[in-house]
Amino acid sequence: MLSKKRLLAVALIAAVAIAAVGAAPVTLKYWLWDAAQLPMYQKAADNFMAQNPDIKIEITQLGWNDYWTGIETGMVAGTAPDVITNNSSKSSAFESKGQLVDLTPLIKRDKVDTSVYLNGVDKIWVRPDGKCYGFPKDWDTIAIVYNRDFAKAAGVDESTIGKLTWNAKDGGTFEKFIAQMSLDKNGRNGLDPKFDAKNVVRYGFAHSRFDANGQPTFSALARSNGWKETDDLYSTNFHFDDQKLIDTMVWYKKVIDKGYMAPFSYITPTNGANMAFAAKKVAVVFDGSWMKDFYTQQSFPIAFRTLPAGPEGVKSFFNGITDSIWTGSKNQEQAWKWVKYLGSPEVQGVVGSFGVVFPATQPGLDNSIKVFTSRNIDITAFTDEVKTPGITFFGPITAFGPKIDDIMMQAWDTIFLSNKPVDATLKAANKKVLALFKK
Amino acid sequence: MKALSAIELRRGKVRSFSIVHLKDYLIAYVFIIPSLAGFAIFFAIPAIRGLVLSFTDWNLLNSPTFIRFENYLRLSQDEEFWNSLWVTIQYVVENVPIQTLSSLLIAVLMAKVGTSMAFRGVMIIPWLLPNVVVALLWSWLLDPAFGFINEVIKQFGHGPLPFLTSTAMALPSVVGINIWRHMGYIALMIFAGIQSIPKEVDEAALIDGAGPWRAFFHVTLPLLRPVLAFVVITAIIGSFQIYDTVAIATKGGPVQSTWVLNFLIYKTAFEGYEMGYATAVTMVLFAILIGITFIQMRLMRAGEAD
Repeated sequence: MLSKKRLLAVALIAAVAIAAVGAAPVTLKYWLWDAAQLPMYQKAADNFMAQNPDIKIEITQLGWNDYWTGIETGMVAGTAPDVITNNSSKSSAFESKGQLVDLTPLIKRDKVDTSVYLNGVDKIWVRPDGKCYGFPKDWDTIAIVYNRDFAKAAGVDESTIGKLTWNAKDGGTFEKFIAQMSLDKNGRNGLDPKFDAKNVVRYGFAHSRFDANGQPTFSALARSNGWKETDDLYSTNFHFDDQKLIDTMVWYKKVIDKGYMAPFSYITPTNGANMAFAAKKVAVVFDGSWMKDFYTQQSFPIAFRTLPAGPEGVKSFFNGITDSIWTGSKNQEQAWKWVKYLGSPEVQGVVGSFGVVFPATQPGLDNSIKVFTSRNIDITAFTDEVKTPGITFFGPITAFGPKIDDIMMQAWDTIFLSNKPVDATLKAANKKVLALFKK
Repeated sequence: MKALSAIELRRGKVRSFSIVHLKDYLIAYVFIIPSLAGFAIFFAIPAIRGLVLSFTDWNLLNSPTFIRFENYLRLSQDEEFWNSLWVTIQYVVENVPIQTLSSLLIAVLMAKVGTSMAFRGVMIIPWLLPNVVVALLWSWLLDPAFGFINEVIKQFGHGPLPFLTSTAMALPSVVGINIWRHMGYIALMIFAGIQSIPKEVDEAALIDGAGPWRAFFHVTLPLLRPVLAFVVITAIIGSFQIYDTVAIATKGGPVQSTWVLNFLIYKTAFEGYEMGYATAVTMVLFAILIGITFIQMRLMRAGEAD
């Protein structure tokens, strides 16, 4: 009711305004959540407005939680932004409720070339029924991050760190590496037989809390062990009870007991493993490319290296974000123009030159690599994983994402904090996850 | 204009209708309109809407359809709901007595010992901080890897304590954080209550030979009852509504050990998109709070003074 009145008011004001000024520019509301990305999109918007004087772009940036709550309530109230920055973990729920515009007819009409995107990253936004909800803006992969001072002190040959191996049985050279990076209170590292696992002053390795996908955490090892979370991108057949995942978790418990990895109780949900890394209490972590600025800004030298290769080779979670048009937008044609522009090589080039995220097209990516090279930061660990075929994989796309996260986070707590058996806990959790889809 | 006492106003009711009194009533209503309007817009209307929605399957984005009592039936069999209710009750039971007793202690200290304004001012600083800031502050202080408190514990030769990361300690830690935040403010209310007790009563007790303890327990405390009743009731209501600290510091974990009702409501409504069901949980919480308040008002005879 309220929204209708409001719309009427807006329409009236608009009518008066148009009568008074003639052709007033259409205002498009565009929202994003990452403050670090605001400047580059403001620049893109300025360029766009210079080219299209009849469209005004109004950008709003909100923190992650406020952002999504704002979008949801906006959709209910009829006041959501025309174009939203969209994430694959959230998109399905909006799509299934008819809140996002299918771009396929518009792509066909305007003959937009979608082959420019790297490594099929645009596939995250194309559904099995052919509907498309956006163009990829940027992408991210996962890499090893380690403290170089500690590596030097421990006598690690740094040239080997990008080529480590891992398996669930003996942990491969990766386990040796994190053992060597650990330190007990007597100054011994994990390779020393007298290493005191009960009195560790610096853990070789740590993860932030696991969710269901384990994007910057366990997915690297579990997937390299041959685990598949679901049968394919849209499958609802989850495999949290798979032996390959169970074996990976048993290995994690083993290295925690050995004192090479920080126990789960050591890392709080508020301050992740990255904070313990910054506090020099942890020597090695896995993290996503979106976090690279956090690490390069530390007071000590760090390096990014390719993830360890498991029995199935190196595996990195691959994800990205897009811009989607809200079906409630009154200016869909203008919104499409803006979305098309955001996905264009021109904007990708602008985005790349800011050196914040990795753009989804090669020229854009080249721009961003140039920036990082000029800052003396080696980011090839992230980019190589995309260049080499077979390394990257997508997380499953499901409308039950948050619910599955809740179930799995409790399962991980049960395994790693309450010390319940891995096998039975994961089997029970998987049943709960599968039950979600039977309702 | 002549101010009317309560007795005069009450008399006005039974008296025959007069134009003067009508005018008084009108003026009285004009004065309460702002608060009444706020109550209606921000409380009564949303509450009624919530009640209606609790009988629907609204998922935020569809048009809601009535499903009768289905949400309430589901709720009665929902393990997660009962667990949340149990966690919340544990929280309230741990929180309210300790908070009230420590506030009372501080209030007495404020009245008798720390009479300086600086001391009284410092006591309410935690209450001036936003909840989110408090939760962040404490999750830093209590962090096992680099938290100040754990560094101190390590100096005494103990390993870091998992304050917010173990099922045994997470809820008590959240309780502790909130007591820290609220006790200064509550102490201030009790302190105001102590100040309002006439000095003569205290002096009379002392002259009659009562020691300071006896005077406190038999004179001060009974006279404080209306204030204490108010403090306890509001503390219980506030404790049932615990959310911020959990959402920031523990995220409901580990293993749902801090999965309080309001956290469940938030998760269900905005992550599970089950607004209808979430409002049903809200209504149950509302009913519990009304029930508890009613019983307490009766038991503590909060409306009367001795």
